Amino acid sequence: MKNLKYLVLGVLFGIVLTKSEVVSWWRIQEMFRFQSFHMYGIIGSAIVVGLISIQLIKRNRLKTINGEEISIADKKYNHGTWIGGTIFGLGWALTGACPGPMFAQLGSGVAGAAVLILAALAGTWTYSALREKLPM
Amino acid sequence: MLDFLRQPWPWYVAGPLIGLTVPALLLIGNKALGISSSLRHVCAACVPAGIPFLTYNWRAEIWNLFFVLGIGLGGFIGYQLLGHPDTIAISAETVRDLKAQMHLTDFSGLLPKELFALENLSNWKGWVFLVLGGFLVGFGTRYAGGCTSGHAISGLSNLQWVSLVAVIAFFVGGLLMTWVFYPMLF
Repeated sequence: MKNLKYLVLGVLFGIVLTKSEVVSWWRIQEMFRFQSFHMYGIIGSAIVVGLISIQLIKRNRLKTINGEEISIADKKYNHGTWIGGTIFGLGWALTGACPGPMFAQLGSGVAGAAVLILAALAGTWTYSALREKLPM
Repeated sequence: MLDFLRQPWPWYVAGPLIGLTVPALLLIGNKALGISSSLRHVCAACVPAGIPFLTYNWRAEIWNLFFVLGIGLGGFIGYQLLGHPDTIAISAETVRDLKAQMHLTDFSGLLPKELFALENLSNWKGWVFLVLGGFLVGFGTRYAGGCTSGHAISGLSNLQWVSLVAVIAFFVGGLLMTWVFYPMLF
């Protein structure tokens, strides 16, 4: 069960998202209205810790627990970065959820999250089908 | 300790823990944090329909689906088992604005029931907030090549300028919805 470790890490991640209320529509509204530091503090401190960690991994040439090289692929730019990004932003403010929180919401017992996830799957599928016709 | 776990966690506890997920995934398997990809893998597994973008070996990415399943379990443990206050302690200004602008009256739960309860699928609210909202998230994240985890946390941590463009666009979209489209809807 080499995938079990990802399940365990996902559980921890989901608990943090839930207990810090990142999964709450109210918190996302508060963020987009600039009425609380909470979400900015979470995203900002997460980036700082992630950045320091990645630097430590790179500078010390750390390997995975199985001795593999660690390499992080660069993100590639295309027009989708800003067009798709804006479309996601519109949906983020509507649903109050990015993809991770949708799954946590479902687990927490919010029935509507099942509809959100199905609709998000439909969105991803539609993008996949139209991909060649969209500006890139 | 258990009392602390039951309370909502402050940003300075949650943020660093979320940040540590980035090196944890790298160290346990050279994986980059990114959650919206799971939506693509599910589409590829269930309804590939001959679409080139959905025709790949999704089984090689199955770790991502385990991670997402874990997030769902984490939501259950965090909210139901550990327990959580019924009302999210958002700022008084936000409460005031949401009452005045969106006519919300019930502030209990993680999401406003007046918008996200399944019964709302019988009126426009459910279709806009649940169906259109979810659709835009699924469409937009894949078009942008990532979401808050893949671009904002993972990408910015790795100093990717592409991710900075994406995160700015996320906010442009979010601010447009909150400040321009919401006032038109309500």
